[in-house]
Amino acid sequence: MADPEVRIPAPGSLWRMEKAQLQTLLEALAQQGYTIIGPRIQEGAIVYDEIRQISDLPIGWTDEQDGGYYRLKRREDEAFFGYAVGPHSWKRFLHPPVFSLGQARRNGQGFEWIPPADPPPRYAFLGVRACELHAIAILDRVFMGGPYVDPVYRARREALFLIAVQCTTAGGTCFCASMGTGPKAPPGADLILTELPDAFVVEIGTERGAALMAGVPCTPATEADRAAVEARLEETARSMGRQLDTADLPALLYRNLEHPRWEEVAQRCLTCGNCTMVCPTCFCFTIEDLSDLAGTRAERVRRWDSCFTTAFTYTAGHPIRQSAKARYRQWLTHKLASWWDQFGTSGCVGCGRCITWCPVGIDLTEEVRAIRETDGAMASERR
Amino acid sequence: MARRRKPKLAVWKFASCDGCQLTLLDCEEELLTLAGEVEIAYFLEASRAVVRGPYDLSLVEGSISTPEQVDQIREIRRQSRFLVTIGACATAGGIQALRNFADVRGFLDLVYARPEYIKTLEKSLPASAYVPVDFELRGCPIGKGPLLELISAFLNGRRPNIPNHSVCIECKRRGIVCVMVAQGIPCLGPVTQAGCGALCPAYRRGCYGCFGPMETPNPASLGDWLLAHGMTSPDLVRLFRTFNAYAPAFREAGDRYAEAANPDRSS
Ligand code: SF4
Ligand code: SF4
Ligand code: SF4
Ligand code: SF4
Repeated sequence: MADPEVRIPAPGSLWRMEKAQLQTLLEALAQQGYTIIGPRIQEGAIVYDEIRQISDLPIGWTDEQDGGYYRLKRREDEAFFGYAVGPHSWKRFLHPPVFSLGQARRNGQGFEWIPPADPPPRYAFLGVRACELHAIAILDRVFMGGPYVDPVYRARREALFLIAVQCTTAGGTCFCASMGTGPKAPPGADLILTELPDAFVVEIGTERGAALMAGVPCTPATEADRAAVEARLEETARSMGRQLDTADLPALLYRNLEHPRWEEVAQRCLTCGNCTMVCPTCFCFTIEDLSDLAGTRAERVRRWDSCFTTAFTYTAGHPIRQSAKARYRQWLTHKLASWWDQFGTSGCVGCGRCITWCPVGIDLTEEVRAIRETDGAMASERR
Repeated sequence: MARRRKPKLAVWKFASCDGCQLTLLDCEEELLTLAGEVEIAYFLEASRAVVRGPYDLSLVEGSISTPEQVDQIREIRRQSRFLVTIGACATAGGIQALRNFADVRGFLDLVYARPEYIKTLEKSLPASAYVPVDFELRGCPIGKGPLLELISAFLNGRRPNIPNHSVCIECKRRGIVCVMVAQGIPCLGPVTQAGCGALCPAYRRGCYGCFGPMETPNPASLGDWLLAHGMTSPDLVRLFRTFNAYAPAFREAGDRYAEAANPDRSS
């Protein structure tokens, strides 16, 4: 019998890996100096944080999600990745929520500029879902796509090692199938895992992925393995918790800017900004200049911001979007319509986080459905 | 850098617990620097030495609850270039504003042997009910960080970086898992102004609202959601009526659920 460890994996090839060998893979990453970020249980949810071994993973756990609702639940099996996305997204590692851009120190007549000192971290992400790969591709376009490249994002992004996991369980608020963003992983990851009951099927995404897998025991995937992966993805696509009809969506929203539904949702919206904080593609930030009591030191800090704050549109003495209606409408139409005009894609990847983590369960799929069902409500009244 | 004249700082106390003034004394390391940058002209909590006004920056702690205090706050306003109220008492009337929801004479009769000696106002109110205020520093108590930021901004002639948005934004930046969504714990974070760094959610508690209403609060929506998820109207009255019970948005919410709890008592 041929030794299963003697083989040369090539990009595009499929392999079968025993579940316990994920540990070998993590060790290989650590050896190459990566800080591994992956799913783990904290404060009653599955979040993304540093992991060192497979026992850090939420093995045997799943989540129950609905509008404004999230609970951890035991699974009947010992699946490694049997849950959907949680409150964190990879954005917090690529585009940190608070980041000091540098300090200025007064010296004599002038001042000295001290840039951020630390070398940027080298991350390996484990367990990136299809919708999240799409979200990272969207952030790539935002931060690196134009003439002005964001150095903070680029430094983290270029060093990144990506291990995707194709979902075999859809969450209660997921709708990637509607958005065309999942559950099948798009190209871009170094390795793409699919979990079967007894093993992982690993697709090699890149040369880097191939090099890493060369040190991990595995055997070529069989036809049955391939078929099992396809069957699981189809099953996941069928069990989406939410749906969104995207037909002609930008035009639908643009012609309904005065629809009465905006006022109704504004009655419930808290303008708290949670939806933008959890969204894997919302990228807005604010810059604060701080100075100390003695006036000898200043610091420039960047923080995540949200279109739900009034300061966000503070211009010429007052905020432009005063009402909750104006702010919710800005957010939704940006995600689903004007993002296309600005970046050539949807701003929403259907991950469902904004639905689950809205404290009052506001659901964008429901809002769009209501507008679609009464398309032109205000306009017809006016004419 | 030499400034022409050190600005004069005054710290005043009205009806309050002194907690916010203590926040200033608590700035141990920065206190010496501060003393180098300003002349501490009036701060009885720290020193009996008093320098006469006018003052460049007055920090006012406490609510206005007696007729005498009305005259005092007016005089302080006259003497101050910048007047900043600090803490829930000075910005919203404080916990003692709970008496605003009942007849104050009833309390007087209950508490004092000779109530006729007591001169008090009907209501415990923020300084802004009597004089214009330049800035409100929220919190019960205020935080050390925001206080130093306020004074630094004043000294450097810039706007303070003190946001008016929700606690949730701070909570999410810190990566805290939402206690409302993941554990069903009622939290006032979405209607409360940031400033504490989401202290309570970090310890798996709901926000108590000590920084008062955020810029565009919607407590009725939050309250109705909590009502639909197991809380009762009396629970909600207790939730909204604490340190900032008399801040307009929380007052309206408290009244709304008080009315729901006791429909016949509302007129
Ligand atoms: S808008 Fe909501 S569902 Fe869409 S990507 Fe953002 S958080 Fe996910
Ligand atoms: S939609 Fe929900 S999460 Fe977003 S601002 Fe409104 S209440 Fe907050
Ligand atoms: S725990 Fe409270 S403050 Fe934090 S996000 Fe949830 S509702 Fe907001
Ligand atoms: S979380 Fe809320 S109650 Fe707790 S310290 Fe902050 S503002 Fe106060």
